[in-house]
Amino acid sequence: MISPTKKITAEPGGRPSNAQEAYILAHRKHHHKIAFFRLLILLVFLALWEAATQAGYIDIFFFSSPSAVVKYLYQMILDASFFRHTGITLLETVVSFLLVTAFGLMAAMLLWYQNSLSEILEPYLVVLNSLPKSALAPLLIVWLGTGSKTIIVAGISVAVFGSIISLYTGFCHVDEELLKLILTLGGTRKDALFKVILPSSVPLILSNMKVNIGLCLVGVIIGEFLAARRGLGYLIIYGSQVFQLNMLITSIIILCAIAMILYKLIQSLEHSYKKKQ
Amino acid sequence: MKSFHCTAIGKSTLLSIIAGLLKPESGVLSFSRASTIGYMLQRDHLFEWRTIYQNVILGLELKKSLNEENTQYVLQLLKDYGLYSFKDKKPSELSGGMRQRAALIRTMAIRPDLLLLDEPFSALDFQTRMTVSADIGNIIRNTGKTAILITHDLSEAITLADRVLVLSKRPATIKCELPVHYDIERTSPLSIRNTEVYQTYFNFLWKELSDDLSDKKNNC
Repeated sequence: MISPTKKITAEPGGRPSNAQEAYILAHRKHHHKIAFFRLLILLVFLALWEAATQAGYIDIFFFSSPSAVVKYLYQMILDASFFRHTGITLLETVVSFLLVTAFGLMAAMLLWYQNSLSEILEPYLVVLNSLPKSALAPLLIVWLGTGSKTIIVAGISVAVFGSIISLYTGFCHVDEELLKLILTLGGTRKDALFKVILPSSVPLILSNMKVNIGLCLVGVIIGEFLAARRGLGYLIIYGSQVFQLNMLITSIIILCAIAMILYKLIQSLEHSYKKKQ
Repeated sequence: MKSFHCTAIGKSTLLSIIAGLLKPESGVLSFSRASTIGYMLQRDHLFEWRTIYQNVILGLELKKSLNEENTQYVLQLLKDYGLYSFKDKKPSELSGGMRQRAALIRTMAIRPDLLLLDEPFSALDFQTRMTVSADIGNIIRNTGKTAILITHDLSEAITLADRVLVLSKRPATIKCELPVHYDIERTSPLSIRNTEVYQTYFNFLWKELSDDLSDKKNNC
């Protein structure tokens, strides 16, 4: 038998108290509200778009419409062009993302390990980072031809310099005292890198990956604009050239979905890391 | 056990030189015999991505001496200091005092001959500080190892140390030395604070340091 006072403070593992239940309920309510309004914005937008084209306020030829997009998407799935174009863009994005992540991490580690190297290279990194990478794309076509190689390099070029800089800056901000601790215990700078800098930077590396995936997608689309016969970037350019606005807008919507799915994947990686901690 | 006092005169630099992290510009550092030095920093700096056990074996891992004998030694230390049941917990699950003890075990695990403590209790609140400093003080006293403790806290210095060395303002020199002795056991921080001799020590150090302060004012 539980005494009345016991009800207020929940025992560990026992039934939550009324106050706790109320809190959880309010918390859930809040989340439902957020999700509801998110969905509402999308639905209102789609409904207005559809209604405006149906009523003839905007020209379906220039603006397409949700129903036309769905029809076009269905057709793309039927003739398998959806899988061909989406697959190649996805593949190129993922490959350039993995290369950026690996290369950015290694370069940042090297820069941290060799202080003087980072001082020497700093102006180059700054210039390369602020240079608009779309300016490089024509050059890449001349050097590497048209094809996946060019597009992957374009994807890498957009993300890699920023990734190196932000990782390196993060490494440098790790508490000096932690490095001192390693030294007092008889460790070396290499030990500090692998035992302190890297493990303490996991959250930074994960958030950097979230930035990278978006930037790689940007680079890949730029590359596909200029040097591809396949992929969503190609479909967008081709669609605008032949005035197939359904093709263009459907491709953009697929891109939105890809961007969101990739972002969510890394976010779930981040969540599982945080849970483990 | 010794302790130093004064602000911004390079006490931490002094410890870093003793620990061999910095090379002195001039002068000689000599030990009576080859020593392993253990260094305790101001904050515990336990790694959140490691369990307590993984944290305390860090030194052994770095020295590549993680063998059966040393592992047993570390486990024994964890038992002795009452942290054995917490060995698989993350540092954030421990109280400030327990974290400080874990940091001490991490230092002791490499079997140092000389312990350097750089204001190891300054990050703790007053109450915890009193109990933890007495706790750590007793542990170190029982091991019989030499320890150099840096502190700003007069009462901490005279409750913990056998010798108090007062450093002058810059350039730091040893201003005076105060041997500390009590007739009672030093197990309880409060009982020491209640003795008459404690008051005498305190007043003596207070006077020494206030001299230094008034000098400073005159120079300005």
